[in-house]
Amino acid sequence: MVKEVKLPFAAETLADLKAGDNVLLSGILYVARDAAHRRIVEALDRGEPLPFDIKGQTIYYTGPSPAPPGRVIGSAGPTTSARMDIYTPRLLAAGLKAMIGKGVRSREVRDAMKKHRAVYLAAVGGAGALISKSIVGSEVIAYADLGPEAVLRLEVKDFPAVVINDIYGGDLYTDGKAKYRIK
Amino acid sequence: MSIMRTVKAGSITEAVSRLFKQANYELDGDVLAALERARQDEESPQGREVIDTILKNAAVASDEGLPLCQDCGIAVVFLELGQDLNIVGGDLNDAVNEGVRRAYNQGYLRKSMVSRPFSDRLNTGDNTPAVIHTDIVPGDKLKITVMPKGGGAENMARLGILLPASGRQGVVEFVISAVEEAWSKPCPPVIVGVGIGGTAEKAMALAKKALLRRVGEPAPDAETAGLEKEILEKVNNLGIGPMGYGGRITALAVHVESFPAHITALPVAVNLQCHSARHREAVL
Repeated sequence: MVKEVKLPFAAETLADLKAGDNVLLSGILYVARDAAHRRIVEALDRGEPLPFDIKGQTIYYTGPSPAPPGRVIGSAGPTTSARMDIYTPRLLAAGLKAMIGKGVRSREVRDAMKKHRAVYLAAVGGAGALISKSIVGSEVIAYADLGPEAVLRLEVKDFPAVVINDIYGGDLYTDGKAKYRIK
Repeated sequence: MSIMRTVKAGSITEAVSRLFKQANYELDGDVLAALERARQDEESPQGREVIDTILKNAAVASDEGLPLCQDCGIAVVFLELGQDLNIVGGDLNDAVNEGVRRAYNQGYLRKSMVSRPFSDRLNTGDNTPAVIHTDIVPGDKLKITVMPKGGGAENMARLGILLPASGRQGVVEFVISAVEEAWSKPCPPVIVGVGIGGTAEKAMALAKKALLRRVGEPAPDAETAGLEKEILEKVNNLGIGPMGYGGRITALAVHVESFPAHITALPVAVNLQCHSARHREAVL
């Protein structure tokens, strides 16, 4: 069963999601990765305003390829989330509610998600061409000098993802591996 | 006096540019066939769905001229340069880098290279420089193999200089632990490249070259092929599965290349390739 979800996530939607759920996301996502995370955390440290109001929002870890003429965006699949782990607890404390990427998160991030009732979802890595078809709007909103690492505001429609970590501590990576492991 | 065969530097540039675009837009037949087999063998419904998505993505990328993955890779180039071939009209490495520049600029490919990686990390703007490995070989041809190598899998590389006493079992355990540690991060199902022997850098070069073999084609000698088979079975028993959602197919193949080693050492290198195994070759 696929759950259709409106972005930004409502508190009751977050409460309803379980690790392993397939979802189709529609609404607004913010794109930020390594260099942008560093700047966001530096801005938080200095008490400066962030490029977007992070409260309740969703960050998608991707660095799209350039948009060919006539397209909204180039390929735009998820990048490895673990690189953002050192910054993530700060962002969760500031109100971030969801992240989309690929690959396992650190213990610190998983604990912070539980504490702040936030979720982590994965999209299929290496499926950037297909995923780009669910992105209907794209705009650079900050750090344009970072090129493929700039902060973008995306509008998505039926963006496919899987819930990895829910707000209850469920973890698809751990459960999935345990289920299919042969000793 | 014999007249040497010549190749123009400009032809090398054109070939490199064409190959990088093609590699980024289209999966080769052997990779697609390996994914189709994985689709048959995968027991996990979520794992099968992931493989369906990967295959659908390959069709969209090739039909619509989009890169398979937004990470269009670090530009790795293997050259086999015939010793009787003369390159005219320019420097070989410059010709290769110009080909990379053109492919990434004209082909709407993402430029991911940053200079001063330990400090400024400024994007070089054209995905150069390429990482170029050149072997001088007999003959008068130039074989060019390009491999846009994505960061997710490349970053999971591991090198171990094992004790000779560790033996075959030590090699198997080292490779399994590298794949298990990488877990869901390198975009499984992966291809596991293993280099055994030589020096530290030789072992890693072998591991990377092993990834260029047609997916699933066993090593030519029975002993190495047996080692590949054993590691593949154990990797697929880890349960990681496609994209790490749990499943039977964590690796499409294990390719092992080996080389003699010093009496004191058993070097083992692991280089992982994500499922978007992009490479193309041409002979000039």
